[in-house]
Amino acid sequence: MSTTLRENPVEQFLRTDRMPHIWCPGCGIGTSVNCFARAVLECGIDLDKLCIVSGIGCTGRVAGYLRLDSFHTTHGRAIPFATGLKLANPDLHVVVYSGDGDLAAIGGNHLIHAARRNIDITVICVNNFNYGMTGGQVAPTTHHEKVATTTPYGDPEYPFNLPDLAASCGAVFVARWTTYHVVQLTKTLVKALNKKGFSFVEILAPCPTLYLRRNKLGTSVDLMKYFKEKSVIKHGANTKEVGLETYDKEIIVGEFVDIDKPDYLDNYNEIMKKRLGDKFQPWGR
Amino acid sequence: MAEIKWTTADPKGVLTGAHYIDGNHAACEGALAAGCRFAAGYPITPSTEVVERFAARIPLVGGMFIQMEDEIASSICLQGAVWAGLKAMTVTSGPGFSLMMEHIGFAAMTETPCVFVNVQRGGPSTGTPTLPAQGDMQQARWGSHGDYETILISPSSPQECFEFIIDAFNLAEIYRVPVMFMMDECVGHMTEKVVIPEPEKIKVVERRWTDKKPGEYLPYQPDPEDLVPYMVKAGDGYRFHITGLTHDERGYPAATDVEIHNNLVRRLCEKITKNAHKIWKWEEKDTDDCDILILSYGISARVALRGIELAKERKGIKVGLFRLIVVWPMPEQRIIELAEKVKAIIVPELNIRAQVAREIERIVKGRCPVIPLGHAGAGVHNPEDIYNAIVEAAK
Repeated sequence: MSTTLRENPVEQFLRTDRMPHIWCPGCGIGTSVNCFARAVLECGIDLDKLCIVSGIGCTGRVAGYLRLDSFHTTHGRAIPFATGLKLANPDLHVVVYSGDGDLAAIGGNHLIHAARRNIDITVICVNNFNYGMTGGQVAPTTHHEKVATTTPYGDPEYPFNLPDLAASCGAVFVARWTTYHVVQLTKTLVKALNKKGFSFVEILAPCPTLYLRRNKLGTSVDLMKYFKEKSVIKHGANTKEVGLETYDKEIIVGEFVDIDKPDYLDNYNEIMKKRLGDKFQPWGR
Repeated sequence: MAEIKWTTADPKGVLTGAHYIDGNHAACEGALAAGCRFAAGYPITPSTEVVERFAARIPLVGGMFIQMEDEIASSICLQGAVWAGLKAMTVTSGPGFSLMMEHIGFAAMTETPCVFVNVQRGGPSTGTPTLPAQGDMQQARWGSHGDYETILISPSSPQECFEFIIDAFNLAEIYRVPVMFMMDECVGHMTEKVVIPEPEKIKVVERRWTDKKPGEYLPYQPDPEDLVPYMVKAGDGYRFHITGLTHDERGYPAATDVEIHNNLVRRLCEKITKNAHKIWKWEEKDTDDCDILILSYGISARVALRGIELAKERKGIKVGLFRLIVVWPMPEQRIIELAEKVKAIIVPELNIRAQVAREIERIVKGRCPVIPLGHAGAGVHNPEDIYNAIVEAAK
């Protein structure tokens, strides 16, 4: 009997010479990368034109593990870097892949402005409810009253409703899945990658080492069960209603927003053409 | 042998002719002549005219300007554009410059060629938004955390804003560093005749593109001669990685490796210090047999001319002027030569902490007295004060 060894189809997207990766056993980031790699396989985009930009943090390390043109930038600033990359060469497909602390806390200002401008990039936000890289501090996504090292007696704040934030600022595609929903997530990522304009995908993911342990929420397997049991798929849900204020609330997942409107460059070129006529050469079109 | 490819300016960006414009407008025209095709900025007095002119001109030249949500965003947005293949800059002042510090370090670490224009105003904090200072000269060198070297250029007139910002872009490309173009409110808002030459008379440096193929190319393998690595851009199939972490020649993080960190940081500094003689630029006036040397830069060097005249007219004192154009790195050998001949070196500048004078002291090492002549800014020196300092030093 002979055995045929088959290469994992996502291996071509990974910098295997950098493995093993730094993520803890049970962490959800690797699952998200697997889904992303499969989405890349399906999306039909020329891989030489696909760029990954990350900020800082556990998810910030994604850029370093993907065999694409990849940029590991500064904390919170992946989106403005991606904006420069995309506007300077509109032929590129630019994906920002970072964490909740990076994108919603220190980088929150850039998130809302990129969505408002409708810059043609895809933002993937892995939300593990706390700061992993620095050891489990409170994030703007931490559930109300849950414990982190900088809120040892419980978080008095309320978390961001990230899909609603992105949608209300003008994102044309907004979705949320958990790392339990690998099939749905992969399909959604294919759509997000091919969507023109600012697309935002939130991926809820377990952080077993810090968030689950400190809050006595069990293992990653327990969190998978929690994701499975608490999740309700509601495509087109009103994003006002998808907030995750407390841990026991139902988790609404699905594709919430999918609209079409001109992106930044469409508007830029149209306005310049109107005012400058033949003196203006459309940029990147 | 490091290969630097010189070419001439793209005619699209060159507004050949005589103009009557201020330093801010001239800096913008110089950037366009140098081939800058992307700028990201945020309005701040007294630099705003640069972004305004950029916004008006760039659609006609074939480039892109975007006003970002803050200076932090501007200072990293432009670096995205550089890695997409364009020459890029940002411009700011005072508080905005402080906000950009982290990304000056990112550009230094990732060796991203770019230009930061700082039209200096008085500080600390909000300070004197509409009035000049030269109080960011040390911040421009050391403001971002960690060890690195950069290049500082200081123009004294609108004509020089045009000419020397072209040098800034060329040096940024040759050494792959963020170059600090250190203007001040006075030069920025001074309106004078600016002559822009024909494009074929403007020399510009092309990016140091690699001639290696994907698979052979190492993003941070330095040229053995000048220690600068060669570049690629996104979208060309190299599948390269760039990080602000300490990295090896592949560009992969090596943030716990002492040897790699040591070699990298030393190279980032040495590519400037070892090539300094190719970067220096200064101007001397009457230094052959002077007794007193005025050493200055930017608007202060220009104001000092009147103080020098007064000393000659009233007292017959022989005073020379040494004007730094590239303020950092400094032409140490020449400064030492002069220090051995003169009675004293006076350093007028618009800061009171002797930000450049202390460097001169370090270089001169007691060969002659170095007299800082500080002014807190919000104005320029009264030439009488410079005259008085000369008379005092000549006693």
